[in-house]
Amino acid sequence: MTPAVETTGLGKRYGRHWALSDCTLAIPTGRVVGLVGPNGAGKTTLLSLAVGLLSPTSGSITVLGAEPAATGRQMERVGFVAQDTQLYSTLSVADHLRFGAHMNPGWDNDLAQRRLEQLDLDIGQRAGSLSGGQRAQVALTLAIAKRPELLILDEPVASLDPLARREFLQVLMEIVAESEVGVVLSSHLVADLERVCDYLIVLVSSRVQVDGEIEKLLASHRHLIGPRRDPSSLPKNQQVIEASETDRQSTFLVRTEDPILDPAWTVEEVGLEDLVLAYMRRAPLAKRVRLASPDVEP
Amino acid sequence: MMWLTWRQYRTPILVALGALATLAVILLLTGPDLAHLYSTTVATCKTHNDCSTAKSAFLLNDADLQTALEVLVVVAPGILGVFWGAPLIARELETGTYRLAWTQSVTRTRWLSVKLGVIGLSSMAVAGLLSLMVTWWSIPFDTVNLNIFGTFDERDIVPIGYAAFAFALGVLTGLLLRRTVPAMAVTSVAFTATRLAFSAWLRPLLIAPVHRTLALTAIQGWSAGTEVNPVGPSYYNTLIPGPPGISNAWIYSTEIVDKAGHVLTSKFVANACPLLHAGVSGGPPSGTGRTVHAPAAPTALPDCIAKVGRTFREVVTYQPASRYWAFQWYELAMFTFLALLLAGICVWWVRDRMA
Repeated sequence: MTPAVETTGLGKRYGRHWALSDCTLAIPTGRVVGLVGPNGAGKTTLLSLAVGLLSPTSGSITVLGAEPAATGRQMERVGFVAQDTQLYSTLSVADHLRFGAHMNPGWDNDLAQRRLEQLDLDIGQRAGSLSGGQRAQVALTLAIAKRPELLILDEPVASLDPLARREFLQVLMEIVAESEVGVVLSSHLVADLERVCDYLIVLVSSRVQVDGEIEKLLASHRHLIGPRRDPSSLPKNQQVIEASETDRQSTFLVRTEDPILDPAWTVEEVGLEDLVLAYMRRAPLAKRVRLASPDVEP
Repeated sequence: MMWLTWRQYRTPILVALGALATLAVILLLTGPDLAHLYSTTVATCKTHNDCSTAKSAFLLNDADLQTALEVLVVVAPGILGVFWGAPLIARELETGTYRLAWTQSVTRTRWLSVKLGVIGLSSMAVAGLLSLMVTWWSIPFDTVNLNIFGTFDERDIVPIGYAAFAFALGVLTGLLLRRTVPAMAVTSVAFTATRLAFSAWLRPLLIAPVHRTLALTAIQGWSAGTEVNPVGPSYYNTLIPGPPGISNAWIYSTEIVDKAGHVLTSKFVANACPLLHAGVSGGPPSGTGRTVHAPAAPTALPDCIAKVGRTFREVVTYQPASRYWAFQWYELAMFTFLALLLAGICVWWVRDRMA
């Protein structure tokens, strides 16, 4: 199956600064994929490259098997909601629907009307006078009513209050439930993603730290708490993601496909947030270790 | 795409059409009166033998409106460039709406081409209609003035080229600066500078001028003048020809030269026309530059001209009226070409560089 987004050695440079460098990843199709990472990880750059707002400085990217935004046909297949969801502030909501209808051959006007009715907003209102949450909802309506195969959302809820955020994600889940659309959603808040996503990619400094189905990720990670112990003494099938120690006690976050048999450990399940944070913390740590001992091959 | 362009620009386009309609009403109300006045005064002045009076009296009609129209046609293309061209992309970049526009099912090359085409042609149409209306209204005045090159950039088709250029310049400036207000300021300055440079330097070079040699006695309106003479007494020592009287010509220069091409010197005038010399009573006029005094004796000046005219001729360098339309078309073509060039840079920049 063609991945929704596939990149090889993808890089984007602004002047001398690389916003994204040597990024290789594959985002599966037909899923709700959460892209999480700290600010500056390159999420927005990656998604902008995927919708063709940017083009790569190096490497390559394909979306649904084709070059992003190369043709109108390819653009029909991808819907996009940008960070801070920009609308034309002087145009009314109804004008935005007309805009969508004129700019997209596959426009589903019934769908758009239905979505907006649920939102309980005055369709004649200017977009500039809408609340942030309403703007985001209108932008989402525009993106979904063009009937894309893939919906890309770049931090759509970042600037929304908790209530609007929850409503937006609720609507998104409804959309996913009733259509076949694949979704890629970026956020720096794990809680947002946990609610709607079934697949997660943790991106730190252009690198995928971990990716996979959320259920499988949760099933294969465990906290081990027990008497102090050297992490290298753990069995080979238990990969240590994070280790913390007190004088007497060691706490490890390990990844393993197998059950933990050692009775010395207290085994606890890992929450998604802890898991993501552990992988995020690990990335800069790996860099620091490399800097401290340059003779060690990474 | 057409819908979006229309929706975004319908207000400015309707405002422009409204302004044109208002102006059309004003011109239609005053134009026929002017034409009537012309046919009853200037056209028949020969029979009354009062042509110069009739003409100067006629030119005073609607003087304020004449000035206003002159200014309007000259500045309209720049205004279109500033208010239609500069915000075209700059506002989308500034507010971030380009991310919405460029992620629909229309490639940004098409998005830009349609906007450039529709709004660019609209501004050309507005400038063209304005110019043609004013040109029609001004026919009586232009017939009296006999100076079509004097109103060259306010008449006929060149304003269309200026509008195209100003628009494309505005779009490109907005695209590069990414901010509306600075782009508007830069557009107005750059447009004015280009227009001035073109009319001052480039336009006179478009077609090589022709020369006409006139006998001095054939020229009307001579006067005697004084050239600055910092030492010694000052006196009438030069001859100033009247306008060569070539209708509707664009005069580059008039020179009094002999067969070998030497310019008439004040020494020669002083030797040839002692009576002129004697004409100055009292001291030289104060100040610098040329000053003109009435000749002393009524016959002194014609005698002097006849004498000088045996050796010297006047050479007029000019563009004849018959070239007016060639100049109009050249200038329209050049500004339109510049506009297309800038529009091409816009498309290239949006497609290949802004990504």
